[in-house]
Amino acid sequence: MQADNTQLFKFRGPWTLFKKEIIRFWRVSFQTVAAPVMTALLYLLVFSHVLDKRVEVYPGVSYTAFLIPGLIMMSLLQNAFANSSSSLIQAKVMGNIIFVLLTPLTYLELFVAFLAASIIRGLVVGLGIYLVAIIFIDLPLAHPIFILAFAILGSALLGAFGIIAGIWADKFDQMAAFQNFIIMPLSFLSGVFYSIHSLPSFWQTVSHLNPFFYMIDGFRYGFFGVGDISPWISLSVIIASFLALSGLTLAMLKSGYKLRG
Amino acid sequence: MIPAINIQQVHKSFGALHALNGVDLTIEQGEFFGLLGPNGAGKSTLINILAGLLRPTNGNISVMGYDVVDQYRQARQLLGVVPQELVFDPFFNVREMLRFQAGYFGRGRENDAWVDEVIEALGLTDKAHTNMRRLSGGMKRRALIAQALAHKPPVIVLDEPTAGVDVELRQTMWEFIKRLNREGHTIILTTHYLEEAEILCTRVGMMKQGKIVALDSTSNLLKRLPSKSLRVTLGQVELPTSLKSILKSQDNDAYIFLLSDIAQVEWILGELRSANIPVVDMQLLEADLEDVFVDLVGR
Repeated sequence: MQADNTQLFKFRGPWTLFKKEIIRFWRVSFQTVAAPVMTALLYLLVFSHVLDKRVEVYPGVSYTAFLIPGLIMMSLLQNAFANSSSSLIQAKVMGNIIFVLLTPLTYLELFVAFLAASIIRGLVVGLGIYLVAIIFIDLPLAHPIFILAFAILGSALLGAFGIIAGIWADKFDQMAAFQNFIIMPLSFLSGVFYSIHSLPSFWQTVSHLNPFFYMIDGFRYGFFGVGDISPWISLSVIIASFLALSGLTLAMLKSGYKLRG
Repeated sequence: MIPAINIQQVHKSFGALHALNGVDLTIEQGEFFGLLGPNGAGKSTLINILAGLLRPTNGNISVMGYDVVDQYRQARQLLGVVPQELVFDPFFNVREMLRFQAGYFGRGRENDAWVDEVIEALGLTDKAHTNMRRLSGGMKRRALIAQALAHKPPVIVLDEPTAGVDVELRQTMWEFIKRLNREGHTIILTTHYLEEAEILCTRVGMMKQGKIVALDSTSNLLKRLPSKSLRVTLGQVELPTSLKSILKSQDNDAYIFLLSDIAQVEWILGELRSANIPVVDMQLLEADLEDVFVDLVGR
């Protein structure tokens, strides 16, 4: 048993927490999967109806086709964030966070379990939108590996951000502030609905400070083989952001910040 | 033998408030230990540090030799804690919660037979597939106890487990906990029901203002107050002045006199006879843990 001292990761404990997190969102899948798919499709319906014949962002790519990857990524990011953040804030407010805190799960195991569940939720929502969208629109898949890499890394980044928000927030309204004042503006101003080349240079510069821009642009590159910037730059920015946020999340979990007094 | 719990000079401050002021306590393996004290004495703070929910400002606690901070993984593996608050996860049913809880501790399907045993022993069989949200308060309490036992820990901490719980559950629960104790599990109990502690615990620690003020076997603690009391039912009467000085309490027609010596019974009866007061009923009462508690903690 002494050997356990330095063992930061065992499989069964975090696997159980991961399974619990998956079942938790799947039990309310109308709210956690069907609703975001429906919302994304409504955006698609309205914007494509209004703009499809008037705007061509990339040569040979219809506006509707251009819009779909952006909407998929936006929903995927929002839902990955929602999964870890809502699970933690609910557990804290209800008091049942104690069931996890009393266990021998290490900070790394907690992190991996919550993060993996967020990635799955993000991917499920993204896949749902994709499957419905391709019924109506022919969407190319220029670089499937990029699509998958950006989808997984984007979900992971927002999953980690969700853990931070869930640990930090004490009340539901603080969590709503996170959603409405950080996640929503960053996702709407990231180039989901437009190419940043259509913006004045000042706003183009501002957009480059938004990590959501890199996730959406890189993801879109995976479909069309064209983007506003090189996908490798986007990938580098996202990996760096993910490592930084993961470091912060692990430090919070290890210190017991707001979880252990 | 390594003690089940070893607490050394544990201090805990919350800003200017000193919740624990140097607690030292050793609980041996296999003990049924009662931790008593009034609200705010520091019992829950001590248990929360033991469980890893709080960190001590100073001092060390170990579970079966493993430090709860530096070797938290092993320490928590050996510990099952029933929290005081009636918390639950509304997404799952009883059996799912128990399986998850065992899984967090690294237990898999091989543990299912034990989970079934816990479910049955705590009278939860009919509710095993009921969502936690739909359970009554008493059933939620049973599920909470079952969750703490799901990984079959050798050291079990019950923080006010019978608060607001009906007699039937108390009996079911104590039978099961006593059985676990007989099988070698160490039990640590905090309770406001001193009768429970007196019946169940072989040793008792009493806390006051963040310190242990008494620590002894239950029988030794009871011997600390050798005095007995005489309970006499008299009807509506005017008590002779000589008896008022040893009157401990009065409950309607029943008067309780504190005896410094058993021979005082004869004198009390003589005084009542002289005043022409007939005795309707009479009982000799031993000092109980509540008397000791009031004597030590109430001062």
